[in-house]
Amino acid sequence: MMGEHYSLFYMFHFYFFGVVSIASALAFVTRKSPVTAALWLVNTMFSLAALYVLLDAQFIGVMQVLVYAGAIMVVFLFVVMLLNLGHPSEIADGRGKLPVFVAAVIGIAMLAEIMTISRTHIEAHFAVPKGYAVTQMAQYGAVGSVARPLFNEYLLAFELTSVLLLVAIAGAVVLGRRKDANAR
Amino acid sequence: MMLLQIATQAHPLSGTIAEWVWLLPVLPFLGFLINGGISLVSATHVGPADPDMGHGMVHHDSDAHEVSAAEDHGAVGDDHHAVKPHQYAGLVSIIGPLVLGLSFVLAFMIFSEMRSVSMTTPFIQRYFSWMPVGKLQIDAAIQLDQLSMLMVLVITGVGTLIHIFSVGYMKEDPGYPRYFAYLNLFVFFMLVLVLGANYPVLFVGWEGVGLCSYLLIGFWFSEKANADAGKKAFIVNRIGDFGFLIAMFLLFANVGVLDFAGVGAAAHGMAFGGSLVTAICLFMFLGCAGKSAQIPLYIWLPDAMAGPTPVSALIHAATMVTAGVYLVARSSFLFSIAPVASLVVALIGGLTALFAATIGLKQWDIKKILAYSTVSQLGYMFIGVGVGAYSAGVFHLVTHAFFKALLFLGSGSVIYAMHAAYHHTGNHEDAQDMRNMGGLKKFMPITWGLMWAATLAIAGIPPLSGFFSKDSILSATFERAGHSTLANASLFGISGSFWLYLIYLFGLTAAFLTAVYMTRMMLYTFHGPNRTGEKEQSHLAEAPWVMTGPLVVLGILSVFGGLLNLPEWFHVGRVGMLDSWLDPVVGDAGRRVVTAPSAVSEQVSGGNELVLILIAVVVALAGISIAFSRLKPQKLLPAAQSPEEEGFERVLEHKYYVDEAYDAAIVNPTYQISKNVLWRGIDAGLIDGLLVNGSSALMRGFGWMGSKLQSGAVGTYAWVLVVGVLAVLGAVTLR
Amino acid sequence: MLAESLALSAVLFTIGVIGVLTRRNAIIIFMCVELMLNAVNLTFVAFSRYYGAAGQVFVVFVMTVAAAEAAVGLAIIISIFRHRQSVDLQNINLLKG
Repeated sequence: MMGEHYSLFYMFHFYFFGVVSIASALAFVTRKSPVTAALWLVNTMFSLAALYVLLDAQFIGVMQVLVYAGAIMVVFLFVVMLLNLGHPSEIADGRGKLPVFVAAVIGIAMLAEIMTISRTHIEAHFAVPKGYAVTQMAQYGAVGSVARPLFNEYLLAFELTSVLLLVAIAGAVVLGRRKDANAR
Repeated sequence: MMLLQIATQAHPLSGTIAEWVWLLPVLPFLGFLINGGISLVSATHVGPADPDMGHGMVHHDSDAHEVSAAEDHGAVGDDHHAVKPHQYAGLVSIIGPLVLGLSFVLAFMIFSEMRSVSMTTPFIQRYFSWMPVGKLQIDAAIQLDQLSMLMVLVITGVGTLIHIFSVGYMKEDPGYPRYFAYLNLFVFFMLVLVLGANYPVLFVGWEGVGLCSYLLIGFWFSEKANADAGKKAFIVNRIGDFGFLIAMFLLFANVGVLDFAGVGAAAHGMAFGGSLVTAICLFMFLGCAGKSAQIPLYIWLPDAMAGPTPVSALIHAATMVTAGVYLVARSSFLFSIAPVASLVVALIGGLTALFAATIGLKQWDIKKILAYSTVSQLGYMFIGVGVGAYSAGVFHLVTHAFFKALLFLGSGSVIYAMHAAYHHTGNHEDAQDMRNMGGLKKFMPITWGLMWAATLAIAGIPPLSGFFSKDSILSATFERAGHSTLANASLFGISGSFWLYLIYLFGLTAAFLTAVYMTRMMLYTFHGPNRTGEKEQSHLAEAPWVMTGPLVVLGILSVFGGLLNLPEWFHVGRVGMLDSWLDPVVGDAGRRVVTAPSAVSEQVSGGNELVLILIAVVVALAGISIAFSRLKPQKLLPAAQSPEEEGFERVLEHKYYVDEAYDAAIVNPTYQISKNVLWRGIDAGLIDGLLVNGSSALMRGFGWMGSKLQSGAVGTYAWVLVVGVLAVLGAVTLR
Repeated sequence: MLAESLALSAVLFTIGVIGVLTRRNAIIIFMCVELMLNAVNLTFVAFSRYYGAAGQVFVVFVMTVAAAEAAVGLAIIISIFRHRQSVDLQNINLLKG
């Protein structure tokens, strides 16, 4: 399964975007300014979108750009701007040296654990035949190959997400409404 | 109830009135139920009376009560009367003695039947299977043989007399029905004890009489001293019972049966003088020492005088305390093959006889003298059964039951009279202290005469009953010192012969001392000037006939009790009646002791025996005459004005400080260990502190940690969450 | 490229965790959560290549949930800010009982 051959072009772009996404993520967590951080996160998400395309998930890549980078992050930035938290001096951020150190230790431990698990606990016999994704793509197209399971096996879950979104909208409206002091 | 009356078809007693033997204990039990019921029904009026009511001063506040109680020095057992008799007193006075009288009549009928048939094996009635455990079969069974018949006659006979006496003595007590309920229950258990066909049934009676003893010693339990005396008796007896239990366990573990017949048969197979049989006998004797107040467990008996005087007469003189002697006689098949254990029994008996007699010399409380006298006489009985003269020991048991019951009841009459006198004048003096008596002869002549008879009997003056029984024990001891299995055995590396001569010497000395202290008691109580007080003298009088009547009967028995077992040289009536009567039960065992395997059998010659008797009589007469010549009742001062004793007399008056020594050596260390180690250390420290409070502190610590986690700060929660994720992932990783 | 993708995903996820642990600004912590979601998405996508398109379906769901979460979460942050004039998590202990 792992013994596939990839072109140098592919390999270069894969590692390139991988490095970019990690670097951007590191930059994101280390920036003090929320606006800067958010922009670094957007950068990470773009890199991930590219990686999705490289992993034969073009539709997800497009959604990544549209929904995450385009919609969600914009909302974040919008809120940051709205609350006028742009300047780092306005918000004391970061904890002491000790929490950072402990967090690094925990992070390294967690990374080691996840890596170990991902290397040892992957069940190979569930895998679909080689080139399955390509065949699907050829047969149903990039959108269709996602849409078929989405609207067949996962139709109920899909419909439920609409309810979820409705609730979220209602909740956001209720929470975001400015309470009038004279209302009561 | 499953009736298992299988055996004894061929027994001569089956089909006769002896089949009704179960009724013997049931009758007193019925009395207990009725009297107990009456006691409970009238519970609103019943209770321990305020002892001060007898002095015409009713204290309603407890403080005044306690002060006066402290002044009474604990010897207040009898000086108390309520204002009026109990409402059901009439009914109780009929039922209490009646059931016992019926029991006695039945016993006598069975006894007559037994005399008419010749029986060599015990008559055993099995009623139901009590404890079937594997191979061990314990039946609720009654064994009727010559020994238990004799005990039954003594218990019911003397018991009836004492019950009748109690009607007069206790008639004004508010706890009258309760008293008779306990007394009937006691007789029930005592009959179970002597009629049981196996050790466990005997043990039920053994413990039952202990319970009744406890209840009756602490009958006036509102006095702390009385309640303490009851507790002391109970606890000391438990030590002995421990030994008895061990003996039973040893028997069960090694023999597998616990009924007398089975153990008796198994005893033939045991090694003569083996360690097993010696251990069993020694542990059994520990039980006897507890129940029968021998060294070192005798200390409870003098304190047991806190109970009503008839109780002292019945339980603590005539019957219960002789249960140990009965047990040794009953187990004679074991003791006769354990010479070392028998020597120990005799030696302890001899020591106790001497030791208690010396204490009796300097007591002032009339009941205490009798108590130590009882301990001393019990020692005599143990000498008897120890040296293998089982019928002699039992003979002394019987005669002692007569004269000691008489002495106690006589002292009860005296105390009753003294108390009534003090009651009339509202005097708070001690009604039991001899220094307050004196010259009672002219006020209570009948009691005086009867008690002199009993005194001469206990001192061993011929031809009164005590002389014969005591003499048979002493001569048996002397005889066995020459030739017997005991003489051949050795204890602590010293030959048994030496020990037996020593025991004989102890017995002789104790006989001398007995004569001295009994005469002293009589002199100080009945002779000399009266020290009761001017006003009180006019109220001193003989007790009513319901009390004096039993005294007369007991007096006759005390004088002529010796006829039961006359020695061969005294050809007045039938010789050795009791010996031949008991022969089927203890005869074999006794002969086994006398005929040593290696020794040449040789009887004490008649002349030799007469010398021994002469010595005993001379010793007794010397005791009495010395007492008469040395003691001057005229010089005695009332208790309140008496000076402290000096020197050795003081040691004697304080009973060799044995109680104090026990307090220091056993009671206080136990108390201190209980308090400091068990209570403060283990209970308060370990259990309360570490386990209870510690676990609560631990939980509180967890709670504190938990509350610190519940800070409400989302950041902290995120940390905890991540640590949890790390743990879960770690578990998956290491799977 | 499954192994590389998973490793990359693990690194991104860990960076997100460290961000959550070390930052105090609620909005940035929120964005760290988004980063972690993205790391998970990458795993899904990488697996979908070998285990069928269902992985991509889950990515769609995750995105939906993320969007809903962003809407509600940001609304909460706004209302907290209105009350306290701060989005510092150290000042926010509304969960305290």
